Amino acid sequence: MCLAVPVRVTALVDEQRVEVEIGGIHTRISTALIDAVAVGDYVIVHAGFAITRLDVAAAEESLALFEEIAAHMRRQHHALHPRLS
Amino acid sequence: MRYIRGFRDGASAAALAGLLAEAVDPRRDYHLMEFCGGHTHAIFRYGVEDLLPPNIRLVHGPGCPVCVLAVPRLDAAIELAAQPGVTLVSYGDMLRVPASRRRNLMKARAGGADVRMVYSVLEALRIATDNPLRQVVFFAIGFETTTPASAFLILEAARLGLTNLSVYCNHVVTPAAIMSILDSPSVREWGQVRVDGFIGPSHVSAVIGSRPYEYFAEEYQRPVVIAGFEPLDVMQATLMLVRQLNEGRASVENQFTRGVTREGNQKAQALVAEVLELRPSFEWRGLGELPYSGLRIKRDYAAFDAERRFQMPIRPVAENAACLCPAIIRGVSKPTDCKLFATACSPREPVGSCMVSAEGACAAYYKYRGGALRVAS
Repeated sequence: MCLAVPVRVTALVDEQRVEVEIGGIHTRISTALIDAVAVGDYVIVHAGFAITRLDVAAAEESLALFEEIAAHMRRQHHALHPRLS
Repeated sequence: MRYIRGFRDGASAAALAGLLAEAVDPRRDYHLMEFCGGHTHAIFRYGVEDLLPPNIRLVHGPGCPVCVLAVPRLDAAIELAAQPGVTLVSYGDMLRVPASRRRNLMKARAGGADVRMVYSVLEALRIATDNPLRQVVFFAIGFETTTPASAFLILEAARLGLTNLSVYCNHVVTPAAIMSILDSPSVREWGQVRVDGFIGPSHVSAVIGSRPYEYFAEEYQRPVVIAGFEPLDVMQATLMLVRQLNEGRASVENQFTRGVTREGNQKAQALVAEVLELRPSFEWRGLGELPYSGLRIKRDYAAFDAERRFQMPIRPVAENAACLCPAIIRGVSKPTDCKLFATACSPREPVGSCMVSAEGACAAYYKYRGGALRVAS
């Protein structure tokens, strides 16, 4: 019920509606619950309404952290188990 | 899709599992409740539990709106739908939820009632404007994620002067439910459920912010980490909880920084506050009557309140005694403890609400833990 997905705004329809895209699918959603958005912004959509903006900088920061953790663990693994060849 | 798939990366999950294995204190264990059914399903779907050290136990919480709706309130909706001239509009999640005497909205529709399934309240608005001679009632359920849309619907109905649209309000609030778990006898006295910390809701918190959790993190000395619904989110939040518990801290932390702020969505909060108010008490399935845990429509918008417009008697019912849903919702029992699980009760023929909902714990166990195999054997 609380499921919501991040989508990208592709066009503004009117004051309270925008067109969004996710995975090649386009649809219209309401932006009545959030402040003005611009084309290219990401929002999180639940039941036809954007419930909040997606903070892209924060998302990128999280992803970079996960990549860093993965790289760190890989290095540690290689240090402990060096390849013999 | 980057902001979905990126949070499902296998190598990062393995690395986080490594960090968790290093972080846990082998002399103790960690009982963490994921409040949301959305988290329960992410945990099962991606096998997160198998990546966690064995001394981390996940307790499934009541954050499934369909599961916690009291049966008498669903009965009232089914009876309303059967009235001539009424069109009942509902989110799809509700249609197959068993009411008393094994009725449900789907069967009511098969019996001639006008029950329609929608994805958004905007469709309910369209149904009402397209059918001026029918009384259209929107069956509103859900936590804070869903509530602002219902408030919007009422405000739109008022703005358009619609006289044939009303809302049957069953919205509930999250912090009250978490507090009731911590206050419940099974936690406080019986010791059946141990909850050391909470994996907090992501989308509920996108609306209400992280601030409402601060009071009980402090008061009950339980850490809360708000987490996104993807597997890496859940694992990182678990790591954050383990670190807090190791350090003896109990604060509110936010893992879901991409969608949650401390203040939340104030515009949505203002819409809700304009139209809805707390009920002094509201019945939850499995948790009983909880003070200030549900919302009703304010007197100013009484014209749009289905409970005022129609006779909707709420009659107590005896639940199927064999169904463990109430105990599962409280986190006292696991789905596999239930005699009906994967025998008399399956997603195809659900007895209890926890088996119906895409957020119910029983549905998650059945779908991802081989419920089907048990049926076959």
